[in-house]
Amino acid sequence: MLAGIRTRDLRKIYTSPPPLAAGGTFAFSTARGKSNKQPKPQIVALDGLSLEVSPGEIFGLLGPNGAGKSTTVGILTTRVRPTGGQAWIGEHDVWKDQVAVKRLIGVVAQRPNLDFSLTAREILLFHGAYFGLDSRERAELAEALLDRFKLRDRSDQMVRGFSGGMMQRLSIARAMMHDPQILFLDEPSAGLDPQTRLLLWEIIREYNQRGKTILLTTHNMEEADALCHRLAIIDHGRKIALGTPGELKASVPGGFLLRLRFGRHSPELLLRLQTLAGVTEVRPSSHANDDNSADVYADRGGSLVSEIANLASGASVELCDVHISEPSLENLFLHHTGRSLRE
Amino acid sequence: MNWKTFLALLARDAHVARRNFVPLLLQTFLQPMMFVFIFGRVMVSSGYMPAAYKSLLLPGIMAISMVFTGVWAVAMPLISEFQFTREIEDRLLAPIEISWLAIEKVIFGTLQALLAGSVVIPAAWLLLRPGVELNLRSPLSFACVTLLVALFSACGGLALGCSINQAHIGLMFSMVLTPMIFFGCAYYPWSALNHFPILQKIVLVNPLVYASEGLRGTLVPQFPHLSMPVVLIALAFFDALLLTAGLRQFHRKAVS
Repeated sequence: MLAGIRTRDLRKIYTSPPPLAAGGTFAFSTARGKSNKQPKPQIVALDGLSLEVSPGEIFGLLGPNGAGKSTTVGILTTRVRPTGGQAWIGEHDVWKDQVAVKRLIGVVAQRPNLDFSLTAREILLFHGAYFGLDSRERAELAEALLDRFKLRDRSDQMVRGFSGGMMQRLSIARAMMHDPQILFLDEPSAGLDPQTRLLLWEIIREYNQRGKTILLTTHNMEEADALCHRLAIIDHGRKIALGTPGELKASVPGGFLLRLRFGRHSPELLLRLQTLAGVTEVRPSSHANDDNSADVYADRGGSLVSEIANLASGASVELCDVHISEPSLENLFLHHTGRSLRE
Repeated sequence: MNWKTFLALLARDAHVARRNFVPLLLQTFLQPMMFVFIFGRVMVSSGYMPAAYKSLLLPGIMAISMVFTGVWAVAMPLISEFQFTREIEDRLLAPIEISWLAIEKVIFGTLQALLAGSVVIPAAWLLLRPGVELNLRSPLSFACVTLLVALFSACGGLALGCSINQAHIGLMFSMVLTPMIFFGCAYYPWSALNHFPILQKIVLVNPLVYASEGLRGTLVPQFPHLSMPVVLIALAFFDALLLTAGLRQFHRKAVS
């Protein structure tokens, strides 16, 4: 059975600090509780998020820390109670039909949450047992996964002493142990070395080719670009763009982004920049304390720099810094939110 | 309810307990056995305590060992598994309602407490003999009391384990378990508090009082003790109360 994911107008407001796995620093608004005498800080993590992930798709949630990615995964995997809205895994309402949902999903959390009282092999075996696999089946699957994830050498050691990368690999192996229809990966390659990251990408693609649905969150452009069939870019708990990586990149005006910093603020200069050939949009910097900067979207990059420098010297403004980025999801994110993914 | 999953969860806890058997054994029995030796043997032999104290002490020691074991077996793993590392997440994602995970912990804690109780009687008897006069008149009420005490200890472990975090473990011992043990009528019968009428009323909120008095009433009924119906009703009440509170706290910890 193939299963997809659907959410409708999902909202989540934390009134106590969210668990660490649901995102580190939250960009939050502080509001006061209505009826309580003691005001509680309210952290809006999701603000009406609607998504539809088709069965068999690799879908990416892209956004900076605190955008609501982990909270979305938390709700879809029964670990976070939504404040409003609904979510379905296949035909099952996530909140009302938790056991059926848990059978369909495998989850890799942002931080390794391995059972530290067990060895690597035991973790896989007990996980299989929780899902009702018989002992022969469990043993075979565990062996295969230990091999696939290059964990055989340490398979009978307690996982407490494992490196971060090994724990992450074991977490992913564990999530695949019961062969779930949908795999959730919350920042799967965080903390992995480049070689392991490639192994992980290969395993994800391979799993997907067996018809499985994969939802992954990332703030890594390269990963989103390399793996995902479709992407939703989210920020402050809202969806700000949706499409294939190609479509999303093509939607950035001009494609190239030149981030400029001048010696002083000059609105006239910005107007003149707009007239240069190939420039599609000029935006003053979105930073409140920095009005000497501007973002120029254009269909060419390096060749514009000398023309910009000429215009600037003509207006007696010093050009202090230029940064050129090629068409990318990073630019798309900047275009929509005015801030970089890593800020 | 999914039995396969439930049994697998129990098997996991049994496996971990087997691995930690020796530390668990020392942790549970060393302190009560030293107490038995000093108060039941040294103090009695030297004449500071009457010989009858041996028999009076044994049920109390059994109650303390059981309660301590049950609380420890359930609370300590929960405290660490709900911490930063969220080790429990794998089991929360197992295909079973999460309340059953809490109930599994309670059942496992109850079994451990029963085991502790059944080991402490012969161990204490060996340390104290001769001079221990056990009069087991009604094995059925003894079994009921023992079961309710074991259940109370595991439910208490669930409620405590889901209510405090790692930083407050020390506080749990000094603020909850220590007063509970000293005001739990384990080392003296409840009637010994006749001279402290206010304290005698206050200690009735301590469930260990009913555990000690219940075991005293069934093992050494020659000593004064609370009446059996009162003991059974009170223990059943505390079991239900702590289980309800524990499940509620468990849900609050498990789902954000």
